[in-house]
Amino acid sequence: MPLTDANSATFDAAIIGGGVIGCAIARRFTLQGARVVLLEKAQDVLDGASKGNSAILHTGFDAPPGSLEAACLRTGYAEYVDIHARLNLPMLRSGAMVLAWTEDEETALPALMDQARQNGVDYVELLSGAQIRALEPGIADTVRAGFRVPREYLIDPWSTPHAYLRQALENGAALRCSAEVSGGVFDGRFWRLQTTQGGVSAALVINAAGLFGDVVDDRLIARRDFHIRPRKGQFIVYDKTAAGLTGHILLPVPSKTTKGIVVCRTVYGNLLVGPTAEDQEDRETADLVPEALVSLRQRGAEILPALAGHEVTATYAGLRPATEFKDYQIRAHTTQNYIAVGGIRSTGLSAALGVAQHVHGLAVGLGLPYNALAQPVWPHMPALTDEGLRDWRCPGNGGIVCHCELVTRREIEAALCGPMPAYSLAGLKRRTRVTMGRCQGFYCSAELAAITEGRLVQPMSGAADAG
Amino acid sequence: MPADLPQTCDVAIVGGGPAGLAAACELRAAGIARVVVLEREACAGGIPRHSGHSPYGMREFRRILRGPAYAARLVAVAQAAGAGIFTGVAVTAVYPGGRLDLTTPDGPAELTASRVLLCTGVREKTRAALLIGGTKPGGVLSTAALQGMVYLNKQRPFLRPVILGTELVAFSALLTCRHAGIRPVAMIEAGPRAVARWPAALLPRMLGIPLWTGTTLRAIHGAVRVTGVTLQGPDGATRQIAADGVIVTGAFLPEASLLRASHLEVDGASGGPVIDSFGRCSDPVYFAAGNLLRAVETAGRCWAEGRRAGQAIALDLAGRLPAPSGALCLTLHHPALKYAVPQRIVPGGAHGSVDLRVTRAVKGRLSLRIAGAEVWSQRLSALPERRLSVPLAAFASYPGATDTAELVLEEDTQ
Repeated sequence: MPLTDANSATFDAAIIGGGVIGCAIARRFTLQGARVVLLEKAQDVLDGASKGNSAILHTGFDAPPGSLEAACLRTGYAEYVDIHARLNLPMLRSGAMVLAWTEDEETALPALMDQARQNGVDYVELLSGAQIRALEPGIADTVRAGFRVPREYLIDPWSTPHAYLRQALENGAALRCSAEVSGGVFDGRFWRLQTTQGGVSAALVINAAGLFGDVVDDRLIARRDFHIRPRKGQFIVYDKTAAGLTGHILLPVPSKTTKGIVVCRTVYGNLLVGPTAEDQEDRETADLVPEALVSLRQRGAEILPALAGHEVTATYAGLRPATEFKDYQIRAHTTQNYIAVGGIRSTGLSAALGVAQHVHGLAVGLGLPYNALAQPVWPHMPALTDEGLRDWRCPGNGGIVCHCELVTRREIEAALCGPMPAYSLAGLKRRTRVTMGRCQGFYCSAELAAITEGRLVQPMSGAADAG
Repeated sequence: MPADLPQTCDVAIVGGGPAGLAAACELRAAGIARVVVLEREACAGGIPRHSGHSPYGMREFRRILRGPAYAARLVAVAQAAGAGIFTGVAVTAVYPGGRLDLTTPDGPAELTASRVLLCTGVREKTRAALLIGGTKPGGVLSTAALQGMVYLNKQRPFLRPVILGTELVAFSALLTCRHAGIRPVAMIEAGPRAVARWPAALLPRMLGIPLWTGTTLRAIHGAVRVTGVTLQGPDGATRQIAADGVIVTGAFLPEASLLRASHLEVDGASGGPVIDSFGRCSDPVYFAAGNLLRAVETAGRCWAEGRRAGQAIALDLAGRLPAPSGALCLTLHHPALKYAVPQRIVPGGAHGSVDLRVTRAVKGRLSLRIAGAEVWSQRLSALPERRLSVPLAAFASYPGATDTAELVLEEDTQ
């Protein structure tokens, strides 16, 4: 039985943090029958670590065997494959290749393949340089060897968490944005949280605060089991004409600290190169650095020589919430009805559904039983990739506003309304891809500024005339 | 979809800017019955639509007009000539045989034309393409986006921006700022001098706005809106200055995405299609004109190019255009030679000249060699983005026994 009735402001679970992990947990708990509130300190969800990643659905072949990360990747992967079509989410079955460019890297391949098999990824196959180039003729002829991981796929980094959250919301969950948790107490039965949007009561608190996970732990349970060490990743994105240069996700041989620089296409039909791995103190700002962008462009052209002639369409930088530990830091504090979900560093998008299952299991272990919804609602996400039926192909779309990404007026209107409307251009971009193409708003910014006038908390036309 | 959008026509013109509209007029004047202009924006007219300042129209209408008035006049003239102008219609793919995939507010459509003229214009390079560092706040705009906001929407996106670049368009941005009561902090130029010609380059001084040459924009700062920028001066030292916006101007690129996704040959140097001296592409059903050919020319030059392309297409439809076979293939022999358009020369070509650009300031001797023999030469003292041309008459001695012509630059020794 749920602990609370539907009309009360008291929730079964308060989830702190609207990143991919928080959204997936909100979905899982809602589907299990819990009354959930998701608290996000920013104006919009996906504003922290989930803002910038490489959009790969990892099998977990290179995760440390026996780790929690490997387990969550396995279950998260399986659930995504199972549910993506019902949510109308894309999944591009590209496959990956791990490429060795030096003798040392080549020597490391057998151990990596063994590790993959230990992680249940037993369909890897060793390839010679010639075999690699037969599969992907665009790869430089300096490649020595590698192996193929056929079930590494590409997914949508933003529609995916949006879909998780939307399914939670459409099945009764609540979302509070601009709600930073400043403190709280547990009275033995309920948590009373103070937020910048008022008080919230909940039987269980789940800390999925990502880059601020240790800060929130400190505020609520007065301890820090881990320390966040933000790791910056810069990316460059090439225009759609470059996407034909490789069908596979091209991975390097990973080092101890990072998976290294990936070259892959995206579900939207671009090609990306990144990320860098740079430790920093700042948890909020991920600065792009010209020299790093130049070196990414060079690295991209070393792997795919034809890239040298292609145009860089976009650049971005994200922060992963690394800690002093290699594995995820997920802990139930039994006496306090509190679960900390931290240190989900670079595999969060792939593992999110698995993390959510794991956290739900921990909650059950705390003696918090829920009755799963018998007939949950399954939202149908807008198709943003060519895998689905794009709106511009459908009648009554109001015309195309963003010509590079073929975004229609109807899609923009839809993203400005509904249970999780866009508050900013950044939010509108994540929901529709508007202005994210090759012209970066050269053609459509003015029209978009007219459409969104008075409807964004952060107006495109600026605050210059607001006073 | 627009009820009267046909499924077939004689000539389909992709893009309703100065080049496309000029071509439509010429084609109608030559008696071509079904001329269709496909414009993806809500209004035809192209970039001048939102460029709310003078001078436009001297070449075309013998008077000085502001951009919007000029654009409206181009549209009115093409409509009066009997061209069918369809707005809100985007071409999403082009195929051999003149078959086009279209999309309209009411869904997809197809159109097949006997000839197709591509006039999709240019766009400015983005901060991403320029690999500028820092954060990605609001208030970083191209000149086109700024002008659309200021002139079409009556919005004022910032008050104290930095203008990056000093091509002619940067001074257009400066005039737009002045119109809107926006006072730029400075203009930034990486090179040693302003790219645009005198007298435009005097404008900042007249308006009291500093022009910093030898200076690059390293990073943009701010979370939600721009709060400042980091500049690197000629001495390598960096400094941060306050600003609430950045206008990333110029460094134009042809808007060639349709072309690049098609069967048509692209010139990596110009970024536009490979054309012959009649404006004909590698598939002779397709022609191209205007700034799609290369970046970047004035509206008046694009208009003149569109007229010539219209005349060539009319001749072609009448079976009177020389065949594309046997064209001279023009190659460039110096790294400072950026591009030359057209890339193929058919004897008797309609283009008056081969247009070329240099990548940096050069002084020397430019010569044209056909079959190894020099047929034309000229002293050259050129700066980037300045128009240079080789008259097509220089190709008149074409012996017919070769298929290559070379443009050779011999730089003066210092």
